[in-house]
Amino acid sequence: MKMTHDDNALRQFHSRMAVAGGFVLLCFALLVLRFVWLQIIQYGYYQTRAEDNRISLVPITPSRGLIVDRNNVQLANNYSAYTLEITPAQVDNLERTIDNLATVIDIQAKDRKRFKKLLEESKNFESLPIRSRLTDEEVAKFVAQRYRFPGVDVKARLFRHYPKGAFASSALGYIGRITDRDLDKIEALDQEANYRGTDHFGKAGLEQNYEFELHGITGYEQVEVDASGRAVRTLARTAPVSGNNLTLTLDAELQSIAEQAFGDRKGALVAIEPSTGGILALVSMPNYDPNLFVDGIDTQSWKALNESPDKPMVNRALNGAYPPGSTFKPFMALAALTYGKRTPHQTIFDLGFYTFGNHTFRDDKKGGHGTVDMYKSIVESCDTYYYMLANDLGIDNIARFMAEFGFGNFTGIDIEGESKGILPSTDWKRKRFKSPAQQKWYAGETISIGIGQGYNAYTPIQLAQAVATLANNGIMFRPHLVKFITDSRTGARKLIEPRPLKKIDLNPEHIEVIKQAMIGVNKEGTGARAFAGAEYVSAGKTGTAQVFSLKGADYKHHAIKQELRDHALFIAFAPADAPKIALAVLVENGGFGAQAAAPIARQIFDYYLLGKRPKAPAAVDEAAVERDDE
Amino acid sequence: MKQTFPLVLRAGWQRLIAPLDLPLLGVCVLLLLLAVGVMGSASPERIGSQLTNMALALVVMRVVAGLSPQRLASVAVPVYLVGIGLLIGVALFGDISKGARRWLNLGFMRVQPSEIMKIAMPLLLAWFFHQRTTSLRLFDFFIGALLLLVPVGLIMRQPDLGTALLVLAAGFYVIFFAGLSWKILAGMALTALAAAPVAWSFLHDYQRNRILMLLDPEKDPLGKGFHIIQSTIAIGSGGIFGKGWRAGTQAQLEFIPEHHTDFIFAVFAEEFGLIGNVVLLTLYGMLIGRGFVIAAQATSLFGRLLAGSITMILFTYAFVNIGMVSGLLPVVGVPLPLVSYGGTSLVTLLIGIGILMSIHKSRMLVQK
Repeated sequence: MKMTHDDNALRQFHSRMAVAGGFVLLCFALLVLRFVWLQIIQYGYYQTRAEDNRISLVPITPSRGLIVDRNNVQLANNYSAYTLEITPAQVDNLERTIDNLATVIDIQAKDRKRFKKLLEESKNFESLPIRSRLTDEEVAKFVAQRYRFPGVDVKARLFRHYPKGAFASSALGYIGRITDRDLDKIEALDQEANYRGTDHFGKAGLEQNYEFELHGITGYEQVEVDASGRAVRTLARTAPVSGNNLTLTLDAELQSIAEQAFGDRKGALVAIEPSTGGILALVSMPNYDPNLFVDGIDTQSWKALNESPDKPMVNRALNGAYPPGSTFKPFMALAALTYGKRTPHQTIFDLGFYTFGNHTFRDDKKGGHGTVDMYKSIVESCDTYYYMLANDLGIDNIARFMAEFGFGNFTGIDIEGESKGILPSTDWKRKRFKSPAQQKWYAGETISIGIGQGYNAYTPIQLAQAVATLANNGIMFRPHLVKFITDSRTGARKLIEPRPLKKIDLNPEHIEVIKQAMIGVNKEGTGARAFAGAEYVSAGKTGTAQVFSLKGADYKHHAIKQELRDHALFIAFAPADAPKIALAVLVENGGFGAQAAAPIARQIFDYYLLGKRPKAPAAVDEAAVERDDE
Repeated sequence: MKQTFPLVLRAGWQRLIAPLDLPLLGVCVLLLLLAVGVMGSASPERIGSQLTNMALALVVMRVVAGLSPQRLASVAVPVYLVGIGLLIGVALFGDISKGARRWLNLGFMRVQPSEIMKIAMPLLLAWFFHQRTTSLRLFDFFIGALLLLVPVGLIMRQPDLGTALLVLAAGFYVIFFAGLSWKILAGMALTALAAAPVAWSFLHDYQRNRILMLLDPEKDPLGKGFHIIQSTIAIGSGGIFGKGWRAGTQAQLEFIPEHHTDFIFAVFAEEFGLIGNVVLLTLYGMLIGRGFVIAAQATSLFGRLLAGSITMILFTYAFVNIGMVSGLLPVVGVPLPLVSYGGTSLVTLLIGIGILMSIHKSRMLVQK
């Protein structure tokens, strides 16, 4: 009985063991199947994932190309500095972290504001600078306390530097941190990979236009990283290629003299080498210090720049459209000769006014200039001559001729965003206005076009290009700032120009007449005081552009508020027989061209042709008022 | 005279190994050697202390193997009671580490009483059913279940789901081998299924997360799914032949969490591939197979139940650990038997093996 019980129990135990053994085998089979799935079937997938885990590509930002002037003077370079950076995503309480950091390293309210602005503009996982240009001592201080600040680190970075500070800002432009709009541009050009690791992007001027030349090729370091993202060792390294260097046609010394010549006045100046189109000086005053933008401009400076009534951020040379005033006259005269509406010696008699319909157009000189031929019309800047001429030529002839010189069109300068200005014509008016009454061109409107007023509005660069083309006997070049680009790897130079855009079909004799008259301006006319005693022969034309219509009343310079005063203009080239430099100067609210603009041109020519440096900014020649009768 | 010394030595050696079951010892030693090898890759600086742990555990194993099953049976109740007492102590005075109250500081040492229950539980139940050999009734199973659920409940409260499940399994195996009828087993299974939602509500958030994570680890790849994702990547990228010893990138670059303890299998599988895995499973298979043989040949019910249960616990350790690391089972804190770093689990496991040896020796003694 007991035996059978035991036997039963044993049999039952054995059967239970068989079940357990079966279960064990089943489970192990399940594991083997799982291994086969993971290690054979899905092997490729997991292998890739392990590699992805292991290898991280760390971009090495290339050094941005240098910008140097025609004499190799550095206008934009880079320096290496330590920055204190915070990765917001890795920080729990940003405010408190910054407060704590401030106990270790000097962080001012300005730095905080700038950081806040950067924070708004960027993504959370980006590392953002809270302080730049740390001293060695500050770096050491922070490193000793680093453990207290997860998500904060010191990084060595290359910074853009503009050694001359507030200088040539209208040409150089500036760089700033990459924004979404910049990213769109980068994506459009398929440059995303190359911009991994790049924080900055050209925002204006040459920095913007030549961004992709200056940037260089990003290098990569293949590093093995551990689970916490720390680099364990470097597996491979592809060195970055520095950006290409820009050598400009600009003459830094000339630029500096030109900027100083303006003193604290506003305005623009464009000086061009007529035989190439190379820009020697590109001035827009007041200028600004592009260094302010490099690691994110602080709110205060940004406000100051943007809200200043002097508008330093506006590139007046390219975007300021001004009536050319009397500087338009030499081109009007050339049009008259070209279209056979006047001969050089044909005269008119000027009584001091011109009546068209029931409207009287006044000449600035009371009682008029008397008998006036073409030479005298330019030298003395006789308005009546040009009122009549404009009427004789008609608006569409004027527009057709002026378009040849580039008025009212993009010059094609290698800086983005230039303005077109306004070249008035019947066609232009039809497109510009909506109502039929406004769309009609009235013959009376043509009259003031003749003296560079009315709808006329051109940028200083257009004016400079036109003068340079005239100086160059009708051979037109595209104004440009970059002379050549040096490939940082091969050292090869990529020349930008000079290839003439076109040759305007003009009679050389006609050109000579105009040039002689412009020489007369600086010898015995409105520019004579400014060029008294010059050791070279120069050609010029003064101009004054009305800001405020006086409606027939006398213009009294000092009686009018500064911002309503006329703009002073001057165009010139020298030496007259073989021009090396042509320029257009505009002094906003400067009054008469002879008074404010011509003396600046004199300083430029004296330096460029003779190497003479001015002792002080070009003085306003108050006495010139008496003689200037534009 | 000359031969006396070696004779003494040989006699001593024979006495030393007499209680040991050589096949079992052989498999254990192979697994321990393998453990040293993997440790040399996963955490070389721990080899020294793990060798010490191994030596200590082997000594304990030898001591246990030298005890007779009768002796083991006689300590079943006291050990169980001490275990329960310590568990209550933990609940009242235990040290908290990583959010769980598992350790009891006795002043001279810190102990993890739940570990004791892994052996005490099958020991007690085997003893209990042995007492009822001749008149085993359903009521006895009820008592057995109660004896089992008290410590399991206490351990779950710590909370330590992994150990609770292992203790529960250990006790269940005894009950299963004792011959609880299939009908009742099926009924229990159904009850368990029905109770699952209730149990779910008792689980801690992190425990629920671990189960949810198993269903879709990619949902939270940098958070809670990280462990499972990284260990499956390690295993999968090992391929058939593995990346080679100390050449596993997942392991060496610390993508595998806890790569010297619970996740050491991922290190092994990455470096030795499918072939290594099969070898490891074969070793465990041999260990379990030998355990079954010992259980089948045991002369008393106590021996059979205890040997069967311990063998199945070894299997459970191995299966749950490998299943969890390879993403088949939720992450519960179960080490890879004999391979994971750590003295406590090693000692527990080798005590279990020592018991198997003791049971096997007693059979031979009976036969003689």
